[in-house]
Amino acid sequence: MTQNPTRLIVGPFNRVEGDLEVTLDIQDGAVAEARVNAPLYRGFEQILLGRPAADCLVIAPRICGICSVSQSVAAARALADLGQASMPDNGSLATNLILACENAADHLTHFMLFFAPDLARSCYSEHPWFQTARRRFAAGDGECARTLLPARARFLHLMGLLAGKWPHSLALQPGGVTKGIDPGEKIRLLSILAEFREALETHLFADSLESIAALNGIAALEAWADAAPFDRGDFRLFLHIARHLNFTGLGSGPGRFISSGSFGLFAPGVWDRDALTVFDPTQVTEDHAHSWMEGTTASPSAGKTIPSPDKPEGYSWCKAPRLAGQVAEVGALARQMVDGHPLIRDLIKTRPGGSVQDRVVARLLELARLIPAMETWIRAIRPAEPFCFPPTDLGDGPGTGLVEAARGTLGHWIGLDGGRIAHYQIIAPTTWNFSPRDAQGNPGALEMALAGTPVLPGETTPVAVQHVVRSFDPCMVCTVH
Amino acid sequence: MAASSSSDTFNLLWLQAASCGGCTMSALAADDTELLRSLERFGIRMLWHPSLSEESGTEALSILEDCASGRVRLDCLCVEGSVLLGPQGSGRFQMLSGSGKPMMEWISRLAAQASTVVAVGSCAAFGGVPAAGHNPTDARGLQYSGWDLGGALGKTFRSGSGLPVVNIAGCAPHPGWMVETLAALALGNISAEHLDALGRPRTYADHLAHHGCGRNEFYEFKASAARPSDRGCLMENLGCRATQAPGDCNIRRWNGYGSCTDGGYACINCTSPCFETPSGPFQETAKVAGIPVGLPVDMPKAWFVALAALSKSATPQRVRTNAHADHVIVPPARKPFKSP
Ligand code: SF4
Ligand code: SF4
Repeated sequence: MTQNPTRLIVGPFNRVEGDLEVTLDIQDGAVAEARVNAPLYRGFEQILLGRPAADCLVIAPRICGICSVSQSVAAARALADLGQASMPDNGSLATNLILACENAADHLTHFMLFFAPDLARSCYSEHPWFQTARRRFAAGDGECARTLLPARARFLHLMGLLAGKWPHSLALQPGGVTKGIDPGEKIRLLSILAEFREALETHLFADSLESIAALNGIAALEAWADAAPFDRGDFRLFLHIARHLNFTGLGSGPGRFISSGSFGLFAPGVWDRDALTVFDPTQVTEDHAHSWMEGTTASPSAGKTIPSPDKPEGYSWCKAPRLAGQVAEVGALARQMVDGHPLIRDLIKTRPGGSVQDRVVARLLELARLIPAMETWIRAIRPAEPFCFPPTDLGDGPGTGLVEAARGTLGHWIGLDGGRIAHYQIIAPTTWNFSPRDAQGNPGALEMALAGTPVLPGETTPVAVQHVVRSFDPCMVCTVH
Repeated sequence: MAASSSSDTFNLLWLQAASCGGCTMSALAADDTELLRSLERFGIRMLWHPSLSEESGTEALSILEDCASGRVRLDCLCVEGSVLLGPQGSGRFQMLSGSGKPMMEWISRLAAQASTVVAVGSCAAFGGVPAAGHNPTDARGLQYSGWDLGGALGKTFRSGSGLPVVNIAGCAPHPGWMVETLAALALGNISAEHLDALGRPRTYADHLAHHGCGRNEFYEFKASAARPSDRGCLMENLGCRATQAPGDCNIRRWNGYGSCTDGGYACINCTSPCFETPSGPFQETAKVAGIPVGLPVDMPKAWFVALAALSKSATPQRVRTNAHADHVIVPPARKPFKSP
């Protein structure tokens, strides 16, 4: 029987960071409409104005302590674009390593701290897999985090060697990195990676990274999942639970995926339903219709950020980024889809909008692809050669810096005048995924993915809604720079 | 849901105000085991942490409400991130999701119940990066607004234990600073004399970031880096402020092996108020008549000038050459180095 929709306001949505509130209109036991609100505004784009050009390398990364390296790389690339800087091979290799370390650590953190603990909630206590899920995934004392968090901390020693510290390093510069690597350090880097690989292969995958990366379709994934008891490795346990909870039928997004390409390893492009096209950042705009912001739709190379907290149509501090007017999803799923990984292509062929399961699978698959690539990059470092070509003069004018953060495409658009920052606009990955509606009323990617999500009687913080939200790995602090 | 607390645990609640989440990320690498386990050893029980707890939505809000109303004993309130008072004192630039109330209001209610209040990071301590420029959101620290008293909790705030806000300053703070401070609080080992004039724990604030820097030999001889990635001292040209910055960054390493200056970039004095608004660009050294403006904290200028001139004239060839390269060109040798 159809009833009038009831409204539920859900938040805080920990875990990456809590500044997210979702308003759900619920009808017939499912979400009819969702509105996603980022209830924090910090004003970084305003703070950057008027400062000396290179100060963006200090200020912009502090938008986010979760992906500060990605922010650094975007800022450095924006400056390099403007100053026509070039980078020695060692500089690119070290940048790749630092960025990949952050991306890989993020994927692991997302799985063990942000996503999997919801599988150990007591609402699932009737399921046969519950005790195992509880033992492995429980927040706080689950074995998965207890084993893999120390592995993650030691993996971040790579940051100590290459970037001085993490988060908030200044090592990433327009012309390379500030730290050369000597032959002994090269060996230490390889040792750090070997240890991390071992932890992943033992606990997370219970298989070699290469076998995971080689899974080439849904059939191969299912066969792999069934090849051993369901509790052999956390990935297999996840796949088993995903089957029981129908995670492939949950959280279908817009089906349009963007990647700006990464490391020269993952190709750039846009996947729109069934075709791959070129990603052209000049097609990106930000719409302000439902943001607490003055102004209208503009390209980030011209856009402004002027808060308007009393705007009646506004419901979020987040602007609505669009590509040629269209809503798009970014992240590991988008990156691997655009790059053409056969497993991800097969998943999306079957489910064009992706699903909760697909997003988690894409992240872990990417983790399995990144570590071997990092091993290659370390071997390619030549210690006696330069790591940085500092640009002599940045000049004035506009510059764009694009990078793939773990959570997807991140762009910085800078404009310099007299050596000072006259313009700075940032579009973060979660701004794409968690955007509010635009002037045409089109919901953002998560708003779309939440429609149809089941809400059980009596639920105040519906668990399925949490799975969908967290499948996108939101990083709210980036969104609300 | 938070059960009522027993007396042998030290109950800690962690909130993220207008933060970047970086302090938590830094803390997750604590002792290479992670925050919760490092704290457990000292009987510290996390009632709720935004990133680490299972509870979400209404379950999370009810834990907060239990603490704010005094139903659950709150031994320590940790706040990460600046407190936003804007727009116009309403605090609406940060609403605590799902609660319909500004974060500012939650923080003052909880702080009034807490035995100790800890500002984690320079944002919560002094305002930090969100307070830079014209401070568009009216961002403040808990007790300080920049160098001045007058943060979100007011000038005279004292927590239940009588302490002012304990400021674990740093952007981000070293995980060791967080664990040690929280453990010392749980052990009852922190009183006013363990804090410096700005409320920073003296365990790390009694050191300067310059102590133990891998570039100290270059510093001695004023053999200075000219460009990023050079090995020389970063003080003369590239903006290093470590001789004025409280912190033991170069004595206890970051992420196993690193530090800012060992990573090849300037210390920006991130543990001090207003680090976000230096007088000139971050990566350049402000100078008057060729002499850096920011001299080592307790060094008379005349002495600095005299010693710099003397040490420059005595710089070994090895040190001079290596200062301008990103790898060792001339290794140390007892006999004078002969070029091939
Ligand atoms: S680089 Fe900075 S910390 Fe290192 S020796 Fe020079 S002044 Fe001291
Ligand atoms: S070296 Fe300086 S800038 Fe770096 S963390 Fe320490 S105090 Fe902060």
